Amino acid sequence: MSRYDELRDALRAGEPVALATVVEGANLGAKLLVKPDGRASGSLGDANLDRVVARDARGELEAGLTSTRHYGAHGEARERDVSVFIESFALPPRMIIFGAVDFTAALAKVAKVLGHRVTVCDARAVFATVLRFPMADEVVNDWPDRYLAKVGDELGPRDAICVLTHDHKFDVPAIAAAVKTEVGYLGAMGSRRTHDQRTVRLREAGLTDGEIARVMSPIGLDIGARTPEETAVAVCAEVIALRTGRRAQSLRDTAGPIH
Amino acid sequence: MKEVLDDIERWRTAGHRVAIARVVGIEGSSPRDPGATMAVNDAGEVAGSVSGGCVEGAVVQEALAILAGEKQRGIVTFGYSDDEAFAVGLTCGGTIHLFVEPLDW
Repeated sequence: MSRYDELRDALRAGEPVALATVVEGANLGAKLLVKPDGRASGSLGDANLDRVVARDARGELEAGLTSTRHYGAHGEARERDVSVFIESFALPPRMIIFGAVDFTAALAKVAKVLGHRVTVCDARAVFATVLRFPMADEVVNDWPDRYLAKVGDELGPRDAICVLTHDHKFDVPAIAAAVKTEVGYLGAMGSRRTHDQRTVRLREAGLTDGEIARVMSPIGLDIGARTPEETAVAVCAEVIALRTGRRAQSLRDTAGPIH
Repeated sequence: MKEVLDDIERWRTAGHRVAIARVVGIEGSSPRDPGATMAVNDAGEVAGSVSGGCVEGAVVQEALAILAGEKQRGIVTFGYSDDEAFAVGLTCGGTIHLFVEPLDW
């Protein structure tokens, strides 16, 4: 099986994989395909270079990063005999939406456009159905805290949790469980009044100030969103802004590079 | 790469040879990140993109030259410059480095 065939099969199966290619130096075009467990196939033409690049590719894959790195002919650091382009085909970032409400379908749609794998989770089986959320990758009938007890350990900085229930009975345990995960974005819907009451309850539930500060609440950027669709854009824009560390003003009103 | 897989498969099944161009480095402002991929077959059909439409035409020429055996795989750079070497540029002012190669692996 060629490297391309292996890559194609992995991508089609939705398996994470990294492809390393020599783009400058000896053995131009040579390939090494690396799986998350470190298994590699192919060769860049030197056993030591293969070993070092496989290690780096695993790291890049874990972080979902793609970049060109430079090495000595045998994988030495701080040398530039060969340039290796390491392309990560990481799993898509996840967005877990708690609450099967009006806003959920719109948010799931926009999150899909941005490449998230979307899970809708609600304890109420009447509301959380595949029929109501055909755009979601997964619809789960469970209590948020119980669901996060199952999958919380798998979540990382690329993932997002949005709590849309705005019912304290569901919100508080969901947020309390969500702050124990490593997700990069945690947002909770609700008016400023809901937010204030919820903050009191979160504190009563034992959350620290630092944990409460992680919650983007009220959820979304201040773009005057009214409809579920506009709100979905405001939330997804906030997910991006938090990841990139931007203050999300209009580009017209800022200076500096766009990307 | 993912977004051009179906086209590549279709082309290969039809007996076409394929070249791929991938963004492997960027400097300054550029529309697409490393990993953006464009595929070109020996009939000049194109899938995917590597910029905001600024350099795609030139990339097709590179890919076809490689498929015709007139050029070897390697890095091609496009950037905004007065230099003669950059006949095609990015209007956004950045520089992109592409690795263009035949799909022979």
